[in-house]
Amino acid sequence: MKELVTVKYLKKYFSTPKGMLHAVDDVSFGIERGKTLGVVGESGCGKSTLGRVLLNLLEPTSGEVWFEGENVAAAKGKRLWELHQDMQMIFQDPYSSLNPRMSISETIAEPLQIYSVYESVRELDERVDELMDIVGLARRLYNVYPHELDGGRRQRVGIARALALNPKFIVCDEPVSALDVSIQAQIINLMQDLQEQNHLTYLFITHDLSVVRHIADDVLVMYLGQIVEQCAVEDLFLNQYHPYTKALLSAIALPRVGEQKKRIALKGEIASPINPAPGCRFAPRCMYSVEQCTVKQPQLREVAPGHFVACDFAEEIS
Amino acid sequence: MNNATPLLHVKNLHVRYTTDEGTVHAVNGVDLVMKKGETLGLVGETGAGKTTTALSILRLIPDPPGEITSGEILFDGHDLVPYSAMKMRKVRGNHISMIFQDPMTALNPVLTIGDQISEVIRLHDRLSRSEAYGKATRMLELVGIPADRMGEYPHQFSGGMKQRVVIAIALVCNPLLLIADEPTTALDVTIQAQVLELMQNLRTELGTSMMLITHDLGVVAKICDTVAIMYAGEIVEYGTLQEVYNNTRHPYTKGLFGSIPKIDVRERRLKPIPGLMPDPTHLPQGCSFHPRCPFCTDQCRHKKPENVLLYGDHFAKCYYAEDGLQ
Repeated sequence: MKELVTVKYLKKYFSTPKGMLHAVDDVSFGIERGKTLGVVGESGCGKSTLGRVLLNLLEPTSGEVWFEGENVAAAKGKRLWELHQDMQMIFQDPYSSLNPRMSISETIAEPLQIYSVYESVRELDERVDELMDIVGLARRLYNVYPHELDGGRRQRVGIARALALNPKFIVCDEPVSALDVSIQAQIINLMQDLQEQNHLTYLFITHDLSVVRHIADDVLVMYLGQIVEQCAVEDLFLNQYHPYTKALLSAIALPRVGEQKKRIALKGEIASPINPAPGCRFAPRCMYSVEQCTVKQPQLREVAPGHFVACDFAEEIS
Repeated sequence: MNNATPLLHVKNLHVRYTTDEGTVHAVNGVDLVMKKGETLGLVGETGAGKTTTALSILRLIPDPPGEITSGEILFDGHDLVPYSAMKMRKVRGNHISMIFQDPMTALNPVLTIGDQISEVIRLHDRLSRSEAYGKATRMLELVGIPADRMGEYPHQFSGGMKQRVVIAIALVCNPLLLIADEPTTALDVTIQAQVLELMQNLRTELGTSMMLITHDLGVVAKICDTVAIMYAGEIVEYGTLQEVYNNTRHPYTKGLFGSIPKIDVRERRLKPIPGLMPDPTHLPQGCSFHPRCPFCTDQCRHKKPENVLLYGDHFAKCYYAEDGLQ
């Protein structure tokens, strides 16, 4: 199938007083139309920055983001504004991503007004009603303000707003992390239904591997701004090659009695992404690291069909 | 101490908050027994009353607006509810201590780590400044932080490290009971696993009993002996880890398990619990879970179910707990 989004050599550096912060460092991947790409990693690995750079909400330092034959990374001004009709975002925190002074209906109508989609107020109101039905918000909440809603309903507002312009691609930045499990399941089901009905393509950013397993088709594992493993979701859970992915999977606490996996202990914590040392970024915490790892940066390579790993010793470790 | 008396016995605890919007019934008749050396997992969603229950045990409910309206909190056989503020201060930190959810805000930014740990010791033990500092250093090493970091400030530590410091502060006076309120929620999975392992090791080493408040059923399965599931201010199911996980009887507990995406099998759809948590100012009549319950009958709508005792200590607050819900 054809890729809707193709990312090539994408980099985003931030200049800080302590030096260059490598938030996203030379990342390339593609997402097929109608599929979900999961991006997993711990805080500080650059996954949220990646989502923002993809939409050019943050200008990339270098690299290309191709969307339907156009480089979004190079788009500016009016053209970028037009592109954003097809590329939307759902944010992590439904408490701070909604304007407290706008009612639910105003929030959902705003993108439609900005892009002047409808000429009459009646059509606009009809579309807002329709969107509220789609995401399961009761009509009585039409004039309610965000502070009157719980987290799950607020996230539904965020989803309705992202859907308003019938986008083709949505970046979902930890959309269920702030929600309770029972509500989280409701939102995940809703997002899956919407994807089926509207043939949406998702980039789904999360730190929760069981959510990725459930919703994604393919997955990227990120560590300090770089992709360390990339494959189909089923492959990742069957066979991990990168030592970081192995540790990440072993750290999950399973909700069952007496079935805890042997945890692979990681030394220390995630290093600073400012002026990273040469060599593999995971080397200081890796139990298999040898001298070569601290000198030469491993490249992403195909170890099994469709399964890419950035570790020179992937086969030996497995 | 007599081994037969439970370490903590909460009897019929009711806590309410009086606000402009009405009376919030946060805790409604909680009964809880913890034996010495046991780890209890208190599980529930936001607003279930987990934290309020914990704060009541420490008598830290802000009053007003909060108030313990009835019930007893027997700690080691003594009821803490009538204790004076002075007497309570001796209990906190010394016999019962608490770890809060967010390690970033639990520490004082203008005091060094060393000073913050020794402060607790000096408050409860008659030790000289240098003796207290020495004891604090040993405690810091016990939680896996090198002693030369005693003079550093909280901002120089990462999230996982700060949580270790908070654990050190909580355990330095050898409390009998440690209440940990979502101690690993703010941490990344690999760090979470490190901290949980540390807490488990310290528990065996120091013999502290622990009440772990969490919404994560995975964390509970990893370190708890018994589990209490809270919903709308009540404990709806209680039992050993084995019983509650493998022989689940309350429909809410079942719903919680159904909501979690499974890591090893891919299902087409999750089975969420329909609807939302009830508004604690207007709790529904009868069983508080009935509006969301797929098995609800007329009886559930009108009369609150009592605890149904099942195997061993395992109980569930549901009329149909014995039959097993299918």
